[in-house]
Amino acid sequence: MDIPLELLYTKEHEWVSVDDNVATIGITDYAQGELGDIVFVELPKVGDQTRQMEPFGTIEAVKAVSELYAPVTGKVVAINEELQESPELINQDPYGKGWMIKVELSNPEELDKLLSPKDYEQLIG
Amino acid sequence: MKKTPLYDWHVAAGAKMVEFAGYLMPVQYRGIIEEHKKVRSSVGLFDVSHMGEFTFYGPEALAFLQKMTINDVGRLAVGQAQYSAMCYDHGGIVDDLIVYRHEDHYLMVVNAANLEKDWQWLQEHAMPGVELRNESDDTALMALQGRHAEKVLQPLTDLDLSGIKFYWFAIGRVAGVEAMVSRTGYTGEDGFEIAVAANDAVKVWEAMMESGKPYEIEPVGLGARDTLRMEMKYCLYGNDIDETTNPLEAGLGWITKLEKGDFIGAGALLRVKAEGIKRKLVGMELEDRNIARHGYPIFKDGEEVGVITSGTFSPSLNRPIAIGYVAAPHHEIGTELTVKIRQRDAAATVVKTPFYQRPY
Repeated sequence: MDIPLELLYTKEHEWVSVDDNVATIGITDYAQGELGDIVFVELPKVGDQTRQMEPFGTIEAVKAVSELYAPVTGKVVAINEELQESPELINQDPYGKGWMIKVELSNPEELDKLLSPKDYEQLIG
Repeated sequence: MKKTPLYDWHVAAGAKMVEFAGYLMPVQYRGIIEEHKKVRSSVGLFDVSHMGEFTFYGPEALAFLQKMTINDVGRLAVGQAQYSAMCYDHGGIVDDLIVYRHEDHYLMVVNAANLEKDWQWLQEHAMPGVELRNESDDTALMALQGRHAEKVLQPLTDLDLSGIKFYWFAIGRVAGVEAMVSRTGYTGEDGFEIAVAANDAVKVWEAMMESGKPYEIEPVGLGARDTLRMEMKYCLYGNDIDETTNPLEAGLGWITKLEKGDFIGAGALLRVKAEGIKRKLVGMELEDRNIARHGYPIFKDGEEVGVITSGTFSPSLNRPIAIGYVAAPHHEIGTELTVKIRQRDAAATVVKTPFYQRPY
């Protein structure tokens, strides 16, 4: 199970990478493995607001649909347009080409509530 | 939790195992879409040993099955199989199943999820002159499905497979053991289902995997079994049919032989037919990429007219498909409907089924 050390995590299996004041968000390798083949992802629009631990989108796998939870509060400044045509990128490269949205943080202290790689590893243990 | 005789094989092959109908079953090995496409393009092998097998011996076996099932068992020749169902008195469905006529007995293959219920239902109605046996635990069932199925199986058997027509079967040897080989399946592809003694399952399974190597055979899990059957609009008990649905509205009129003589449910089904069906199980295509799933409501001009019973992403068509009950007259092909997918309205159109047609 791939759990990159430079990322933060949620208990709902999203990952966050923070650069400056912008968080890039996706789902973990464990999550994509559990979901199986992902066929559609519904994302917010650029300019929409996210709120920490509230849904920001949905992900459709062949077997089931799941909600995506925002790890942070802020404004969506980019979405991964490639996922509309190629949602399988989330399965193939969950921490790279499978990224979902970028959010400008309104409240950087929220990052303290996220899980460290070690905590996340224990969660899915 | 029960295991099939192939459980260890599945685990060693890296399958993701899930609980289904009290069994630990492989839901996928390499991925649902990949396995689905393998069956459509070449050949795949399924473990369906969780399904139930009942046998019926004795002079009244035919009469008993005529009473218990809705298709006409009297039309079966020795070596022939028949898709059928059992109904309650009120016309709701107990289970859908296949009946096989052997030389000196009949065999019924039923859904794993209904095995106990079916067995009890049959026992409640047992009559003198019929001996029922539940062979489920002693029987392994495997499905070899895909255009290359015959080429994979033929080198392993003394049977002439080209002589077994669709919904016929024969008894012979496969990989050195006694087997029942039927030309049946749940995928819409050509293929066979192979029943053997539970102890022989691994040997036969491994022989088919080996023989299938030139065709890049893959094991296939329950996930792809579900997407394959949905592309054909084959009913799944518990999703599309159950005790609250009758075979006529489920599109199973072709197996409902109201003229064959009395059977359990016949009275109710005759009334349904006389009054006209109020809703019908139809196939729908959806415009956007969200998947309409079991239980989602269907609307026409703001009025609720039906419910989705099965929905998935079709790997063959590369878009969502759905099956559901729609009230008359909105079930006609071409009717535009709306499915409520969580908070959003998704446009759906009633289409001709099956969704997928094999090109050979």
